Amino acid sequence: MKKGTESRTQGVLKRISGPVVTAVGLDAHMYDVVKIGHEELMGEVIKIQGENIIIQVYEDTAGIRPGEPVENTGLSLAVELGPGLLTSIYDGIQRPLEVLVEKMGDFIERGVSAPGLSHEKKWEFVPTAKAGDVVKAGDVLGTVQETNIVHKVMVPPNSKGGTIKKIAAGSFTVDETVCTLEDGTEITMLQRWPVRVPRPTKEKLNPDIPLITGQRILDGLFPIAKGGTAAIPGPFGSGKTVTQQQLAKWSDAEIVVYIGCGERGNEMTEVLTEFPELEDPKTGKPLMERTVLIANTSNMPVAAREASVYTGITIAEYFRDMGYDVSLMADSTSRWAEAMREISSRLEEMPGEEGYPAYLAARLSEFYERAGRVVTLNGVEGSVSVIGAVSPPGGDFSEPVTQNTLRIVKVFWALDAKLSQRRHFPAINWLDSYSLYLDSLTEWYDTEVSPEWNPLRAWAMAILQKEAELQEIVQLVGSDALPDEEQITIEVARLIREVFLQQNAYDAVDTYCSMSKQYDMMKAIRAYADLARVAQASGATPQQIVTVKSKNDLPQIKFIKDYEPALEKILKDMEAEFDAMRAA
Amino acid sequence: MKEYRTITQIAGPLVFVEKTEPVGYSELVNIVTADGTVKRGQVLDTSDDIVVVQVFETTAGIGRDSGVRFTGETIKMPVGKDMLGRILSGGGKPIDGGPEIVPEKRLEITGAAINPYARASPEDFIQTGISTIDGTNTLVRGQKLPIFSGSGLPHNDVALQIARQAKVPGSTEEFAVVFAAMGITREEANYFMADFEKTGALERSVVFLNLADDPAVERTITPRLALTTAEYLAFELGYHVLVILTDMTNYCEALRQIGAAREEVPGRRGYPGYMYTDLAGIYERAGIIKGVKGSVTQIPILTMPGDDITHPIPDLTGYITEGQIVVNRELHRKGIYAPINVLPSLSRLMNLGIGEGHTREDHKKVSDQLYAAYAEGNDLRGLVAIVGKDALSERDQTFLEFADLFEDQFVRQGLYEDRSIEETLDLGWKLLATLPEEQLVRIDRELIQKYHPKYRKAAQG
Repeated sequence: MKKGTESRTQGVLKRISGPVVTAVGLDAHMYDVVKIGHEELMGEVIKIQGENIIIQVYEDTAGIRPGEPVENTGLSLAVELGPGLLTSIYDGIQRPLEVLVEKMGDFIERGVSAPGLSHEKKWEFVPTAKAGDVVKAGDVLGTVQETNIVHKVMVPPNSKGGTIKKIAAGSFTVDETVCTLEDGTEITMLQRWPVRVPRPTKEKLNPDIPLITGQRILDGLFPIAKGGTAAIPGPFGSGKTVTQQQLAKWSDAEIVVYIGCGERGNEMTEVLTEFPELEDPKTGKPLMERTVLIANTSNMPVAAREASVYTGITIAEYFRDMGYDVSLMADSTSRWAEAMREISSRLEEMPGEEGYPAYLAARLSEFYERAGRVVTLNGVEGSVSVIGAVSPPGGDFSEPVTQNTLRIVKVFWALDAKLSQRRHFPAINWLDSYSLYLDSLTEWYDTEVSPEWNPLRAWAMAILQKEAELQEIVQLVGSDALPDEEQITIEVARLIREVFLQQNAYDAVDTYCSMSKQYDMMKAIRAYADLARVAQASGATPQQIVTVKSKNDLPQIKFIKDYEPALEKILKDMEAEFDAMRAA
Repeated sequence: MKEYRTITQIAGPLVFVEKTEPVGYSELVNIVTADGTVKRGQVLDTSDDIVVVQVFETTAGIGRDSGVRFTGETIKMPVGKDMLGRILSGGGKPIDGGPEIVPEKRLEITGAAINPYARASPEDFIQTGISTIDGTNTLVRGQKLPIFSGSGLPHNDVALQIARQAKVPGSTEEFAVVFAAMGITREEANYFMADFEKTGALERSVVFLNLADDPAVERTITPRLALTTAEYLAFELGYHVLVILTDMTNYCEALRQIGAAREEVPGRRGYPGYMYTDLAGIYERAGIIKGVKGSVTQIPILTMPGDDITHPIPDLTGYITEGQIVVNRELHRKGIYAPINVLPSLSRLMNLGIGEGHTREDHKKVSDQLYAAYAEGNDLRGLVAIVGKDALSERDQTFLEFADLFEDQFVRQGLYEDRSIEETLDLGWKLLATLPEEQLVRIDRELIQKYHPKYRKAAQG
């Protein structure tokens, strides 16, 4: 701490206006954490104006009076990082909700602090480094079997490192020293890291591996890369939350950080009750074992909502530093932006567009820039993929949060209320969505799926695009007026929509669809399209082609686990039907 | 209690008081006018030299000579068992001529947030007897499901029908009803009260009435008083409480009015930037708590200005609540009651409360199929207007007819018609049976063979 001896750490409150208070007679730096009033509510310095220190308070300020004491802790808002993060459920400032229930009952009262990690629990530490090794910041000293995930204990990134003097296996709390360096530095399993500062890495890598999600429209048509960024904007009721939960459940990231930022209490509960029960398809263990949840519902204090996304991404970066692939969902960044707006207006700052502060764009891009696939300080690869939901008011994508987000993110999954009204789920509009990762991922699909995949994808997109054009004509003149060839196009597009794009999140089998199954399904639709073209060329009417019975069984493939025999049968029947058609 | 006579400025509902002892934020304030009337207010901003007080009643009569007393505590609501059957003002005072409430407790009206970890997942199906709700937008206990309506539409009838008929099938526990009226007319209030009295619902209700001519600022506390009462009934006395808040649009207008008086930077359409957080503080007070008997279910009603669902009030509401029931003007014009348009309606918690063990195994699939078929039929109406009915394919014609049948039989029902969930689902099947069977792509073959009228008849016959 650089502060001189005369630094004043005690001040008094001068003004209280909702979540923003002013203190005087205190020395502070920006983003210092302060304790407010007799109840010691937690707050953070957000503005300094001569003697006036402006503070945002993370708890309700009702009843607090001018003249009450304010104490500066001299620390910035930080999270505790170490074994015990996984399976935790936190509020926006990393207070474990379970501990809060024990301490203050079913409702969130104020003035209760709770550390993010248990300081009593002992963890079995297994050293991987030994005495005499030279270690630098970020290096792995040893491991702890946290859940089914191995937690790597690292030299803190801000440490100078040095030669290990002593390191021993054993049972330790997070406060106990597990390693001592020659220069006397003691290293524990606990790291504190200020949430507003990105954790350092060695190098950023190119996004050339997809994050496989098991959702056909995402993996197949609009993939996100590991370490990439995506936005899901959606008017309310378009199935945004379900889509995000599907991603949390099924994406092939090892660690999931889910931030419920300003969202509904009951939905958070659904996540909280469902996650512990969900089985991880890869390990058979509860999904919760590799998850950290942050729940700051819409009626919890607005300043803590502002902090929640930083808390979440810092935890995500910490696991990335161990070499894991982390996927982070923020639901919803619009609520986060609204928290910024609310605090900004209490500060009487000059507003930008629609009352949002002028620094909105900068904050959003800083946040998304913390995503990425990287080489960590200890030389392994890890990634943080960020999927942010935006909730544009009135479904109007031209509003500032959506627009500023779209300028940063590379993938856009456009949820569409019209589709959800039709019960087309996931209600992602295939014409408005895009992924800018397609080019960098081409090679991966060629080698890992099939060299045929990329052309097949392009073909499907072309059909869907063509259908949209044709639909405009159909709206005017009816489908019978279309040329034969295009009537078939319409039918093929319908198959792509109903068989491939629609996916039932609530069906035990269909909820996850492997890339190879996606490929097989698309190939089957293509097979029908090809047969149809041949049949049409040899004189079959569209009516005959459209009423081919076997293709009606295609949707059933989605719900069958070992689908190959069934699919083969459909393809065989289809060929037979077309053969018969030609014979006639 | 010290009384200050240091009012420096009065602007709209705001009173500025100087040179006070330290006053707590959000504290309750009494202002005594020259003729001795006491008006209540709340501290909005407090500092060494000036305190801003928002007065709940009209500021008429308040002058620089008025006395200001700071009570030293935040607003609390006296609650007690004998509140059931009572009618209170929007500020919580009895107005039914009965005695004062005997308080068993005095509770903070802002209400703390339920710890998400302490919440239990809502999953008890509430049968409202209205097909468009039970069948396709199911309400569950602990949910907040608003009715989006427009001026001149029968949303009050729908709300009353729900209040009258709501029950959990197979359970004998009754609902208590907390009804909060904000800025509705005396006539509307009488309509509600008459129905409550007629059906005997009043004795299991607590009614808060802030009428159109009551002070607008009072409206900002009415829903909080109502929800504090509801939480007390639910989480301390174990009642299942149904809260009806009407009309949230008036509440939001009051918020805007105060924001303007405070010269705040306005957000969209002049509504304050914190309206989302403020509304969340109301709507989120619904739910169930693990290990606690009662529940709070909310049905807020709002009239969409200009029937515009993207207006900030319905928009922000929809982002907080778990779905919405949309009352539709066209259906109303066609003379269909209850004129609920299922297409933009949604219940986000529906899947938790339906299916085997809750309603019936085919519920979800039937609902999806009804939705899809109605949406398709509805789209075709646009086409028919251009090309005429004859130009449609045979398949399309059946869907077009389905849409009409759906409105005429599924949507339309009587004001006092209480359909059981089985009746609703069977009605759905009856309508689906008018479509070619291969078009029922959203229902598994097994369920079709079990419930489709064609096979049922065969099985019976």
